[in-house]
Amino acid sequence: IQMGLAENQVSFDLLEDYLEKHPEASSTTHNFKENALYQDYHGLKSFRQAMASFMSQIRGGRATFDPDRIVLTAGATAANELLTFILANPGDALLVPTPYYPGFDRDLRWRTGVKIVPIHCDSSTNFQVTKEALQSAYNEAVSMGLKVRAVLITNPSNPLGATVQRVVLEDILDFSVEKNIHLVSDEIYSGSTFSPDEFVSIAEVLNDRGSIQSESERVHIVYSLSKDLGLPGFRVGTIYSYNDAVVTTARRMSSFTLISSQTQHLLACMLSSAEFTENYISKNRERLRRRYEMIIAGLRRAGIECLEGNAGLFCWMNLGPVLVDPTREAELSLWKLILKDVRLNISPGSSCHCSEPGWFRVC
Amino acid sequence: IQMGLAENQLCFDMVEQWMNNNPSASICTSQGARGFKDIAIFQDYHGLPEFRNAVAKFMGKVRGERVKFNPDRIVMAGGATGAHETVAFCLADPGDAFLIPTPYYPGFDRDLRWRTGVQLVPIECQSSNNFKLRIEDLESAYDMAKLNNVRVKGLLLTNPSNPLGTILDGNTLRSIVSFTNDNNIHLICDEIYSATVFDKPDYVSVAEVVDEYLNNANDDGEGDDGNSNGPRPTLNLDLIHIVYSLSKDMGFPGFRVGIIYSYNDVVVSCARKMSSFGLVSTQTQHLIGSMLSDDDFVDEFIAANRRRLAERHRAFTGGLAEVGIRCLKTSNAGLFVWMDLRRLLKEQSVEAETALWRVIINEVKLNVSPGSSFHCSEPGWFRVC
Repeated sequence: IQMGLAENQVSFDLLEDYLEKHPEASSTTHNFKENALYQDYHGLKSFRQAMASFMSQIRGGRATFDPDRIVLTAGATAANELLTFILANPGDALLVPTPYYPGFDRDLRWRTGVKIVPIHCDSSTNFQVTKEALQSAYNEAVSMGLKVRAVLITNPSNPLGATVQRVVLEDILDFSVEKNIHLVSDEIYSGSTFSPDEFVSIAEVLNDRGSIQSESERVHIVYSLSKDLGLPGFRVGTIYSYNDAVVTTARRMSSFTLISSQTQHLLACMLSSAEFTENYISKNRERLRRRYEMIIAGLRRAGIECLEGNAGLFCWMNLGPVLVDPTREAELSLWKLILKDVRLNISPGSSCHCSEPGWFRVC
Repeated sequence: IQMGLAENQLCFDMVEQWMNNNPSASICTSQGARGFKDIAIFQDYHGLPEFRNAVAKFMGKVRGERVKFNPDRIVMAGGATGAHETVAFCLADPGDAFLIPTPYYPGFDRDLRWRTGVQLVPIECQSSNNFKLRIEDLESAYDMAKLNNVRVKGLLLTNPSNPLGTILDGNTLRSIVSFTNDNNIHLICDEIYSATVFDKPDYVSVAEVVDEYLNNANDDGEGDDGNSNGPRPTLNLDLIHIVYSLSKDMGFPGFRVGIIYSYNDVVVSCARKMSSFGLVSTQTQHLIGSMLSDDDFVDEFIAANRRRLAERHRAFTGGLAEVGIRCLKTSNAGLFVWMDLRRLLKEQSVEAETALWRVIINEVKLNVSPGSSFHCSEPGWFRVC
């Protein structure tokens, strides 16, 4: 049974319902030629506006987004790579809290030549980043002769399935200012929080601190519709940057990875409908929450605890107590057992660079 | 008036009609929505099989069925822009170089070099032979590069050519393939304009040269025809790659359908993994897969596209001829003409060309592209779409 793929399949009925009622969303019936010819790397204005308002709605209106700061890319995979190309040179380093999405090893490093230095987190702080961990990672990079260019966080976190606390966000922002580095916040799961109030976006933190330019110009947000809307096939990624030079450069670089105009049109229609988006966001949250509670309860009955999560498409399960010994090898042999005998495909924490053995991500 | 953008707008009526008759090709219609979920969730970098099959078939039809393409060698990219960059990443390291005949598409300066760190070494072509690439120029550019310690990794050809609108004859193409093969460098053929060949001579794709070789190799040892001089040379197919897209042939630049077709298994595998950074939207894969599987539609489209391009080319060059302006006479392809305004230049210099260009833009109000932007060695030529 596939429990290793973070896919959102709970809300397709809502999408299909919208399509049925809105034939104009298909570019095949509406201005096909104009749409097929549109290759401007700015992206359809209507789509950017729809994205900006969708992102704001997800944050309960606590932050607003300027459509002209939205750069479109073919998926968050491309967005993260593109930002890395812009913010760092080959041989430079990004600091990334562990455990992190395994795809980052390829997306951030492969063609860019940039290195990842982990910020170690463990269960003693519920895997939240600490000031000490940040400094320690920075020191490690420096001792390896690496120039640190940015901190990259995922909020809500994959694989933890938990939002980053406001106070931690402030610490990370302060740290970035102090070291004069960038802060990339991958908020791909922002619409997948179980309750509307628990997610704090870096955008809100900037707002609350008075939108000071020297703070905001180092902040960049990555977003995508692959998780919140369950549309990974459509390749819809965005970079939102408060830094004009980054927006301009990212826009030019997006030529290598633009979003199909056909898809931009469809989503512009869909996400411009406030009726659709409000309904979708709240139903999606509710269904994800119920699903999460069900799996947590089931695991608990079997004596298995999970990290207290409040977002995402998975839970962070602790099989530490069942390990033969607290080592990576023991975790991997337990994983093989689960794969072969129990026939469940789940992801071992070591694949996410977790420093504490025994944790598994279950989708 | 915009005459600087190479867009193919001639056959949208046919496409729109096909769309009306095939509502299930769009996942937004009630007929197509049944497949919505599966398509929306599919993110495998191999791509939808019907998409790859349909594109392979289309590429074969564009070449008059003279050659077949293997769907498993078809890799997606973010438009030809993304395809070229990915091929450069796969084949070259920062500092390596590709040879490229001038004049060439200005976008290559960015696409091939920006993030890859790769260099371009131009091979200057002259109007005296209609800007056709000469083997001796290719050889001397290669030798010169080596003398300067530049690591040449390959040759990039755009055939049919942008901005010339000309095609390479079979013998020249075969000589080029021999050259790259003998020197063990890659050959990348950008065949993005392959379906825009509207007049004789017939188009010869590098795929046909490969095919010829493979067929001869199979025939080897079965009795020579008496004219051969010793063993036939071995062609290393690992050095040959095609870049394609639907932006020009079909007029769909917005859909970002870039294709890498390589005869090299390692490149296919690497490019496929890299395609994660620029996959084609499955919504679009589904539409294209449906459309290009319709044989009757494709046959009609290819024929109509050619006819309409030929008519337009004739009308345009005829009109220019009436006012004494010549265009490159060997052009039989592309979405543009290569116009000769050398006689109108105050002097044969880039500055004079630029001054003339400004006059055309500001006073005649036509946006055309000056030859210098294509790195043309001779001032006075302009690309007009």
